[in-house]
Amino acid sequence: MRILKLQKKDLFPLLKVISREAELWAPTAKGDKFAYGRVLDFSRIAMDAVRTIIPPKKIMVPSLFNMFNFTEKGYQEDLSHVTDRILFGIHPCDIHGLLILDKLFSQAYLDPYYLEPRKKTLILGLSCLPDAYCFCKSTHTDIIEEGYDLFFTDLESYFLVWIGSSRGDDLIRLAPDFFDDKLTEKDIQTYTKWQEKRDNAFKTTVNFTRMPDLMELNYKAPFWEEVGAACLACGSCSMVCPTCNCYNVVDKLFLGNKPGKRLRHWDSCTLPEYSEVAGGENFREHKSQRLKLWYTHKLQAYVSKYGKPSCVGCGRCLVTCPVQIHVKSVADALEGHPVEAFWKKFAQEVSK
Amino acid sequence: MNGEHKCLAETNPFTPHPARIVRSYHLTKDVKFFQVRFVDMEEALRFDYKPGQFAMLSILGAGEAPFCISSTPSRPGLLEFCIRKMGTVTSALFELKENSFIGLRGPYGNGFPVEEMRDKDILIIEGGMGVAPLRSVLLYSLDNRDQFGRVAVLYGSKRPSEMIFSEEYFALKGRNDLECHLAVDADDTGKWTENIGVVTTLFRHLKKVDPENTFALVCGPPVMYKFVIKELIKLNIPKDQILMTLERRMKCGVGKCGHCAIDYIYTCLDGPVFNYWDVLHMRELI
Ligand SMILES: Cc1cc2nc3c(=O)[nH]c(=O)nc-3n(C[C@H](O)[C@H](O)[C@H](O)COP(=O)(O)OP(=O)(O)OC[C@H]3O[C@@H](n4cnc5c(N)ncnc54)[C@H](O)[C@@H]3O)c2cc1C
Ligand code: SF4
Ligand code: SF4
Ligand code: FES
Repeated sequence: MRILKLQKKDLFPLLKVISREAELWAPTAKGDKFAYGRVLDFSRIAMDAVRTIIPPKKIMVPSLFNMFNFTEKGYQEDLSHVTDRILFGIHPCDIHGLLILDKLFSQAYLDPYYLEPRKKTLILGLSCLPDAYCFCKSTHTDIIEEGYDLFFTDLESYFLVWIGSSRGDDLIRLAPDFFDDKLTEKDIQTYTKWQEKRDNAFKTTVNFTRMPDLMELNYKAPFWEEVGAACLACGSCSMVCPTCNCYNVVDKLFLGNKPGKRLRHWDSCTLPEYSEVAGGENFREHKSQRLKLWYTHKLQAYVSKYGKPSCVGCGRCLVTCPVQIHVKSVADALEGHPVEAFWKKFAQEVSK
Repeated sequence: MNGEHKCLAETNPFTPHPARIVRSYHLTKDVKFFQVRFVDMEEALRFDYKPGQFAMLSILGAGEAPFCISSTPSRPGLLEFCIRKMGTVTSALFELKENSFIGLRGPYGNGFPVEEMRDKDILIIEGGMGVAPLRSVLLYSLDNRDQFGRVAVLYGSKRPSEMIFSEEYFALKGRNDLECHLAVDADDTGKWTENIGVVTTLFRHLKKVDPENTFALVCGPPVMYKFVIKELIKLNIPKDQILMTLERRMKCGVGKCGHCAIDYIYTCLDGPVFNYWDVLHMRELI
């Protein structure tokens, strides 16, 4: 693998050259939060964005899009959401999130609505420093070895740039003069220091190796009822999670001779109508049952299939759930630790 | 730039292929039978299915839903479905005239392990809509009669008027190469000549079962399973030779939408046919 040096002042000129090839998408500020969007003015790129509200899955499969136009003649596939894109500023956890979605959307059957945009998107990763909610070290998703085309590590006055694919290499060739391939002893020291600093900056940890067993043993634990009672069934946790892939499909007709549309939109297993079947029978009527499914998937299911959790430690559920039901508080409950989260207080209030 | 991203229709697993309703008629008041044929012969040849697999049917403007294939691959050409009117998609389907177009994709799911079942005895216990998947395997075993041991059917309906495929099943009673016992929970016609009682009461009419050599196939309304399985365990049929189909909401049929998940199992890929041993290990079902 080749590692090159890029001076900070050369970043925007570089982006300018490579964004001639495709749309550039990056995190930009949205109030005090961040969101991925198309960027024309590079000064709007939020280089310090820790996490975006919605993960980059929205760039591959938008929250709502059309799968087919249909008329009496049949169903015509619509892949108009596919364009060439360059995604800049994506952190290791979110790249791991995409790698997990890659597996889901290509196992057994290939899903072109995810895989086509994915193929057309160049991944330009960017290093980060964790805030209080990040725990990607616990999920082993704090570093990335595959799944990117270029990866930029920010070392104050310059970047170290990893080339991760031949397409990444092609990008470098568009502007070879910006890069320096001679790394000094000092560069290596600076990088090692930076790594140490980052390693020590994590404040949240979750012991994932214990989780599959603890999920099994605690399947009937009373705290699930408390969690279920407090959950608002708003679905936010699924919307913000980089590895949640569930969706629903609805057909829509339009007046006149316009073709109908088969629309696909994000869905969440925390929503009440998710598991209803014929005859109104609902296999997961209670919120506690639905959350158990969510956590089975995050903490247990993927582990038994692929040897790692399908949580990448991005911290989004920690900052998003209005009643603080999230991987950290549920893991604490599973381990029998005291839980400070709102749902626990709610349970105490109610039982008074 | 979008033009070049077109992926071929064949490679898009979600594309419904045009098919025509060749014949349709009521089996009961709210259950209809549909015979369907692909418009494109190549598509028809590509559609290679096993008993117990399902297909996704699209009704223009109404949506898409999963249905078991009730016909048998041993009689190629037409696909048959047995469908109960439930809501949007099924109501729209019920309105369609013969010769209308629908969309069809599949086949999906694991189906019954017919290779494993070779030379074994087959005991089918079905109730209500359970005939939809089990008719396929029943017809398959009759068409390949020499590949299987004994075949026995226990079939229960609520009332005579709600018995699905009644003519077919009464015709089976005339055959001497299989056992067929029929029951209704209650007879409101006064003309019912078979057994009266729930499906489990039919077990006492069953000739002696060789449990190690028997595959029991169960499908019916949720309440039925518990009681039927109790009887099968009493007969000493091994748990992994008791097969059942599970119904879950399905939006894609190909392991993407997540709707059919039970624990870590995707019913559409790993099912819909499961053996009782597997089911015992699905926490959500216990
Ligand atoms: C593998 C499989 C095989 C099936 N085989 C048959 C069959 O052979 N014959 C048959 O009549 N039915 C079968 N079903 C059930 C059939 O899919 C549903 O009845 C159908 O989806 C209802 O669609 P609808 O639009 O008419 O009803 P809706 O308007 O969607 O809803 C009516 C009722 O059905 C429930 N429902 C909605 N969507 C689904 C869904 N995708 N699956 C199950 N329930 C749903 C709703 O909660 C509501 O209670 C099968 C289901 C599965 C999963
Ligand atoms: S479960 Fe929470 S922390 Fe883990 S990947 Fe999903 S949103 Fe991020
Ligand atoms: S767990 Fe939290 S975010 Fe998820 S549905 Fe419940 S209240 Fe909403
Ligand atoms: S039906 Fe979509 S995952 Fe099974």
